[in-house]
Amino acid sequence: MARRSSEDTGTVKAPESRRQRKKRSKENKTRTVHANLLYDAANKGEENPNRHYANNKIKTTKYTVLSFLPKNLFEQFHRFANVYFVFIALLNFVPVVNAFQPELALAPVVFILSVTAIKDLWEDYRRHRSDKEINHMDCLVFSRAERRYVEKYWKEVRVGDFIRLRCNEILPADVLLLSSSDPDRLCHIETATLDGETNLKQRQVVRSFFDLDCEFDPLKYNSIIECEKPNNDLNRFRGYIIHRSGRRDALYKENLLLRGCTIRNTEEAVGIVIYAGHETKAMLNNNGPRYKRSKLERQMNVDVFWCVVILLVLCLFAAIGHGLWMFQYGDKRPVFDVLSPEGTDLSPIMSAIYLFLTMIIVFQVLIPISLFVSIEIVKICQVYFIHQDMDLYDEETDSHLQCRALNITEDLGQMQYIFSDKTGTLTENKMVFRRCTVAGVEYSHDANAKRLAMYQEMDSEEEECTSHGGTLPRRDSVTSHQTGRRPSEPASCPSTQPSAAPWLVSSAVLLFSCCRLFTDKTCSVPQEKDITPDPKLLDKVNDCSSQMDFMRFHSQPMSQLPSDLSDTIDFFIALTICNTVVVSSPNQPSLKFSFLSLFIVLLCCPLCQCNCSHFLMMPLWLTQHLKDLYLYICENCGSCCQETSNYDGKASWNIEEGELRYEAESPDEAALVYAARAYKCSLVGRLPDQVTVELPHLGKLSFELLHTLGFDSTRKRMSVVVRHPLTDQITVYTKGADSVIMDLIKPPNTGNSKGKRQKKIVCRTQNYLNLYAADGLRTLCIAKKILSQEEYACWLQRHLEAETAIQGREQLLFESALRLETNLQLLGATGIEDRLQDGVPETIASLRKAGLQIWVLTGDKQETAVNIAYACKLLDPEEEILTLNADSQEACALFAPFDLHPSSSLSSSSSHAAPFLVHRLGLVIDGRTLAYALDKSLEDKFLAVARSCRSVLCCRSTPLQKSMVVKLVRNKLKVMTLAIGDGANDVSMIQVADVGVGISGQEGMQAVMASDFALPRFRYLQKLLLVHGHWCYSRLANMILYFFYKNAMFVALIFWFQFYCGFSGSAMIDQWYLIFFNLMFSAFPQLITGTLDKDVSAETLQHLPQLYVNGQNSEEYKPYMFWMNMIDAFYQSLMCFFIPYFAYADSDMDLFTWGTPITTLALFTILLHLGIETKTWTWMNWLSIAFSIALFFTVALCYNASCPTCYSPSNPYWTMQRLLQDPLFYLLCIITPVAALLPRYFYRACQGTLFPSPVQVGRQLDKLPADTRRNILSLTRVKVGSPLSPKPPFLSLSKASPKGCNKNDQRSISGSKTLEATQGQADEEEDRSCLSGPTDSEMHLSDLYTLVPSEIDTLPYTKDAPQPAGELQPPSTEVSECLDKTLEPSDVSLSSWITSTPLLTPADSVQLNLLPDGAPQCVRYSRNSEDRLKPDHAVHPAHRTEQEVEQLLHTKL
Amino acid sequence: MMASSYNAKEEDGHPSGASGHGGPGVVKSKKPDNTAFKQQRLPAWQPILTAGTVLPAFFVIGLIFIPIGIGLFVTSNNIKEFEIDYTGVDMDSPCYTCAKNSSWNNTTPCTCSVDFTLEQPFESNVFMYYGLSNFYQNHRRYVKSRDDSQLNGGRSALMEPSKECEPYRKTDGVPIAPCGAIANSLFNDTLELFHIDSNGSRNAVPLVKKGIAWWTDKHVKFRNPGGNNNLTLAFQGDFSKPVNWRKPVYELDPSDPENNGFINEDFIVWMRTAALPTFRKLYRIIQKKSSTTPTLPSGKYTLDITYNYPVLSFDGRKRMILSTISWMGGKNPFLGIAYITVGSICFFLGVVLLIIHYKYDTRNNSADIPN
Repeated sequence: MARRSSEDTGTVKAPESRRQRKKRSKENKTRTVHANLLYDAANKGEENPNRHYANNKIKTTKYTVLSFLPKNLFEQFHRFANVYFVFIALLNFVPVVNAFQPELALAPVVFILSVTAIKDLWEDYRRHRSDKEINHMDCLVFSRAERRYVEKYWKEVRVGDFIRLRCNEILPADVLLLSSSDPDRLCHIETATLDGETNLKQRQVVRSFFDLDCEFDPLKYNSIIECEKPNNDLNRFRGYIIHRSGRRDALYKENLLLRGCTIRNTEEAVGIVIYAGHETKAMLNNNGPRYKRSKLERQMNVDVFWCVVILLVLCLFAAIGHGLWMFQYGDKRPVFDVLSPEGTDLSPIMSAIYLFLTMIIVFQVLIPISLFVSIEIVKICQVYFIHQDMDLYDEETDSHLQCRALNITEDLGQMQYIFSDKTGTLTENKMVFRRCTVAGVEYSHDANAKRLAMYQEMDSEEEECTSHGGTLPRRDSVTSHQTGRRPSEPASCPSTQPSAAPWLVSSAVLLFSCCRLFTDKTCSVPQEKDITPDPKLLDKVNDCSSQMDFMRFHSQPMSQLPSDLSDTIDFFIALTICNTVVVSSPNQPSLKFSFLSLFIVLLCCPLCQCNCSHFLMMPLWLTQHLKDLYLYICENCGSCCQETSNYDGKASWNIEEGELRYEAESPDEAALVYAARAYKCSLVGRLPDQVTVELPHLGKLSFELLHTLGFDSTRKRMSVVVRHPLTDQITVYTKGADSVIMDLIKPPNTGNSKGKRQKKIVCRTQNYLNLYAADGLRTLCIAKKILSQEEYACWLQRHLEAETAIQGREQLLFESALRLETNLQLLGATGIEDRLQDGVPETIASLRKAGLQIWVLTGDKQETAVNIAYACKLLDPEEEILTLNADSQEACALFAPFDLHPSSSLSSSSSHAAPFLVHRLGLVIDGRTLAYALDKSLEDKFLAVARSCRSVLCCRSTPLQKSMVVKLVRNKLKVMTLAIGDGANDVSMIQVADVGVGISGQEGMQAVMASDFALPRFRYLQKLLLVHGHWCYSRLANMILYFFYKNAMFVALIFWFQFYCGFSGSAMIDQWYLIFFNLMFSAFPQLITGTLDKDVSAETLQHLPQLYVNGQNSEEYKPYMFWMNMIDAFYQSLMCFFIPYFAYADSDMDLFTWGTPITTLALFTILLHLGIETKTWTWMNWLSIAFSIALFFTVALCYNASCPTCYSPSNPYWTMQRLLQDPLFYLLCIITPVAALLPRYFYRACQGTLFPSPVQVGRQLDKLPADTRRNILSLTRVKVGSPLSPKPPFLSLSKASPKGCNKNDQRSISGSKTLEATQGQADEEEDRSCLSGPTDSEMHLSDLYTLVPSEIDTLPYTKDAPQPAGELQPPSTEVSECLDKTLEPSDVSLSSWITSTPLLTPADSVQLNLLPDGAPQCVRYSRNSEDRLKPDHAVHPAHRTEQEVEQLLHTKL
Repeated sequence: MMASSYNAKEEDGHPSGASGHGGPGVVKSKKPDNTAFKQQRLPAWQPILTAGTVLPAFFVIGLIFIPIGIGLFVTSNNIKEFEIDYTGVDMDSPCYTCAKNSSWNNTTPCTCSVDFTLEQPFESNVFMYYGLSNFYQNHRRYVKSRDDSQLNGGRSALMEPSKECEPYRKTDGVPIAPCGAIANSLFNDTLELFHIDSNGSRNAVPLVKKGIAWWTDKHVKFRNPGGNNNLTLAFQGDFSKPVNWRKPVYELDPSDPENNGFINEDFIVWMRTAALPTFRKLYRIIQKKSSTTPTLPSGKYTLDITYNYPVLSFDGRKRMILSTISWMGGKNPFLGIAYITVGSICFFLGVVLLIIHYKYDTRNNSADIPN
């Protein structure tokens, strides 16, 4: 699709040439939009400056009928493999080198290309159909000729057109809102298709059209709009409108309605099209699925390259052989050496060169042509199965896992690092107001907590029975606006909206909600809205407001109010208005359509009483009637209707009060508003310039909303500027993270009592904040500021300047906000609970057991994050926490000791101290420190520290930092990373990681849109990784290896033959078999195995997360395995070649009659090889193998009977038929596969017995009877759960000691404290297992699963130094190795700015040594090194008392 | 792109999983089906390869293979075979001079006779082969150098032989019949076998020259143009003989029109290109006359050779082989030995596994528990 935007403004021939000249400098940055009406006259069409802009016709198809073939082929040839295969096929057309019939040689590549082409064609056709559907949707466009709005197709809409939009219509283009039927000149839109957020957003009419009394008349419009070029930023729109008078008005994103959104709650709106078609923001954002290359594929590509090398070596060998063969005959040409067609004699050298090319053709099969296609097929099947998994289905939200990137399924099995967001990912992101402190007094809301606890119990009991209704609290409010679409539905394609008149559907839904009102009075109230107010606080509020009422009544100045009371009421006012919450009620639209709803209700009442759902399925006639009815109402009562709604506009709040719903951008905002409502301070209405609040005793108060300074992650706060209706003061209410607010608090003047009180409040509030954080609550501070008129005027002036600026407006606004938010007065703080999601601790525990490093990156404050981390078992109370908090200047300097520890002192320390390995370290780092740690100079050191820690927690991190951390770990450590998050702030992290996972939850769809996989819940990650990841990886890895083997084996057959045909490039295998062998005969079984094979059952994989290490270490497909497979392939082909060779040596067998048995044998061998590698045999495996064999014989028999004179040169007429009568053929078929597969079979058997991999042990476990297995698994779980054995005990499965329970010889390890403890534990375990084991086998297995304490168990980073199971070295050598390495200069010790908080041994220091290469890190924990500690080495015992926490907080170094 | 194609599949899923809900208001649930296939719980056989589990297989293979091998070996040994090299490389060889002088354009036939003695009588039908060594009939360009349509008597192919026949396609514009290098290098020695009586007289051993080619070749693949009548007429004039041939194709066996032209069985046998550079081709069959006398009694024989075929230029060898035949073809002890070897190896590995099993794999009992 050609974008014409590049040239659009360049050729504008606007009549305002003067202005145009002036703007020429900016031309490349702006777009000018005029109304089309001015140019509608026929002769003026040429002059329309808008004509260069893209029209609204969309075309997402890639091809046209004509361009399909060339374009598709062109695209396919971007894949190098295809070019290669075509090159090979074309080589066949050169007579001197051709090996096969040229046409036949084209077959496979044509097959592959056409399969892909058909797939592309089909997809393109689907796109074409949906495009057509969208292009032919209707909308109302103003026509100058008819002087009214006429229906036009979407595709006919042009930039500059005026369009009229009705409720529930979908926007056809990006439209600047010029008029709205709403009395407040508002228009509500739902942006679910763009960002998945289901709350309504308000859009405003452009300011200059705001005061329009009469209806907007397009004919009178004569302004010019200048705005940005089309871009894909949904949250930005800048420009201004220039009126005839020369007045300019700024345009904001609040004025722009985006294509794909749906108009809600607004009867009618008129706007001018600014961007159309492909230039709309929605379309620019739609950049299709993402393609990533998985690690396995990267590895595979290396081996494909090796295949090419092998191919060239083979060809070279054959070419040299041929040259020599020719040379030995000298000038006498033997009779069988045929001259070239021209009759010329070729020199041996020339023949060798030609032969080289011929051999490339003959051996082309070595490069697996079908591998790429097969992998794609297998991946699609894998994705299908992941989709179908019931365990990944969330009943509550009726959503299941979505795979958005289809080609990295196997990466799921190879993850090493998980980067997780906290809020919404680990936690529910369902905010519940728990506690608050107002003016330094804490209100603990105990009743609330109790009730919540009860609720939770009830909840879990009732879950089963209530879930079917799907009445998830949040969804309730959603259904009234949604047309049956679920919030979790992927919103990637805004164009797939149903084209049926939307209002029909919506009226049905509307009706449905009406029906609900009638039938279902007991609407389930979301639990988080229910807050039991603290009685003390409630009294205070009542008290306060009554006093205020009294004062208002007596017109006393409000300032006389006691300050704690005024603080209280201000606190609640701030809670109520300092947000962007939109008030809605399910009935709101119906009020605006009061007539319609009345009619419908009247009409449908009888129906409603039976069942609502029946209505939805009602036959068409009813909806037809409804349409007539609607038209009737619209035509006759339109104005009347509007009047009514206008009239009802304000009054309606009263009626609906009980049903008010708050729709907030973030759930904590809503939680606060609901909390305020519990104290009778309820938000009842929000308009762009006014907020209505109902207070007890005082009734409704309307606050004039002067400004809203929205939340952003840099400022971490939001403010509203209002005019207080009671005091008439201009008040700023600010709400934000405590760290920033506390810094902005006006330093109290300690001189007077007020100042002292302020100081006390700040101090106390800080204490409570720390308490809240310790409880894992999200804390927010509420503050206010009263501006004098002069201050305000001064600020306002500069703010308005900033608002109207086009360039750098964001920055200016940001600075403007900073100017305002200073010298605040603290009102109080709130604590909101964000509950952990179900199963998060278990998931983290098992993922960790799986050897995954879990880092949590959160924007939350440190204390909250640490507490959540404890709650979800990310941090263990028994592990030590390194807390890195550094200030800007010192940070770099403080990092220095990391690498400059004198080696001499270390060596001395290691000599007199008995160091042992610390295996439990947690790192907590805050955003500020992180910024320095991520600096180029320090990142290596940071990583070194982080790697030695078991868990890392980065708090206060910005989205950018999150992605930088991921990038750093990914690039520096060369590990596979997975990022999981749910919000917009995780998007960058998700995109950077190897695998991005989005939680399709509460915070919109941005994360999901950016992700490769979208999960409904965090806990599903466990099954996704441990089971599906493991399976996908092992399946694909095995399939790829098998593919290489298969092709090499087949090609080698021909290679051996070259020794017996004078290296002439001849093949004994019929070329048809040769070409279709891969494509047909041996293709299906491997696809089935690649799709269905399960090495270990899902249950065992989940119970033994340790098996995941298999994929992390790439154990299924190591580089050497490729070569092992190659060697095996060569051996097998030797067998398959030489057994028939000797069996038919010196016989009257002809070439192709001899080649056919070889082909058959190869097929049998290849299939049986697959059989050995197949772990689970379902009926599909059997069937596919039987099918393959049957297919081969059927094809062979048909082929050999079809034509007596065709298929030169083999001309295989009746060959197979004759062979089948030959007993020798059958004898060969028996012995050859056996001989060929003997080594592999034997090796597998020995491996299974002598050194079984953990996976094999898992499989053995699978075979046990269910109850025995459960016993063993629970046993291992007990052990794994024991704090000192984080790693699986069963790594020791190798039969080092065959004697029953006597394990002492295995554990003769240096008597370090940890190890002793472990040993004791293990002994205990072991005794138990030995005693309790009911059967012999169980006893034995449990014996196998006992722990061998070695550093492989104790080090958290064993994957850096993977040790093959069964080759555990005595740990003592490892220790000595570590000792050696400590002598290296780059050692690390922690300096004072790292606070170490050991629990077990409170007075130890921690030393980290950093090794330059990727060698295992040794963390030494030396007890006797206190004497060397500098006095400022702060060592805190981690008693998490309040004081301690505070102390920690203030430890700034 | 694949995503969209996938979604279509997803929509196909039947909402049977929603049956648990049953509420009439429930919109079609996305809950996946709880079927064994979709949940990847298909019943499956899960063999685990350990010493214990594969042990029986090794022993069974060993126990089956060794008897088969012995049987094959014995069968092969019962086959009588006699082979004589008549190339004439050595000076004292009777065919030395012929070998020296023979060349493709030699028109005067050279004859020589080789005497030999059969130690044992050949009881059943005896197959007489000629064998060539170092003759690469499987050379890539050689194999292709033929035109099956022409050999099938196709009129148009006769006139315009396939390009594959180059450079033996036409001589001076006249098409060659049969074209191509294979036909051109037709083996043209004539072998005659004489039994020397105890009284010294030479009795010609009757050699049957029919039935030596595949039936399908003789009757389907090869056909003379215009039927078998008057081949001379069919071939003469428009065609030339292959350059190395002494006589045209219609004179291959003038005595028998059923064996002349393209359907001459010697020609057909030759046209089936051998797999390996050392090969034999069936030349004649000596049929058993009666059940009482052996086909070829032991004693002295003379092989008369019309030595036309030059092989010395490429260091080739020519042999005459007499062989009886069994159900498994000619004499070849290899397969028997192979069976015995593989069987023994299996048995040996079985024993090794048994040791491993008892020494290390005491937990195999767990693996043996059936699921």
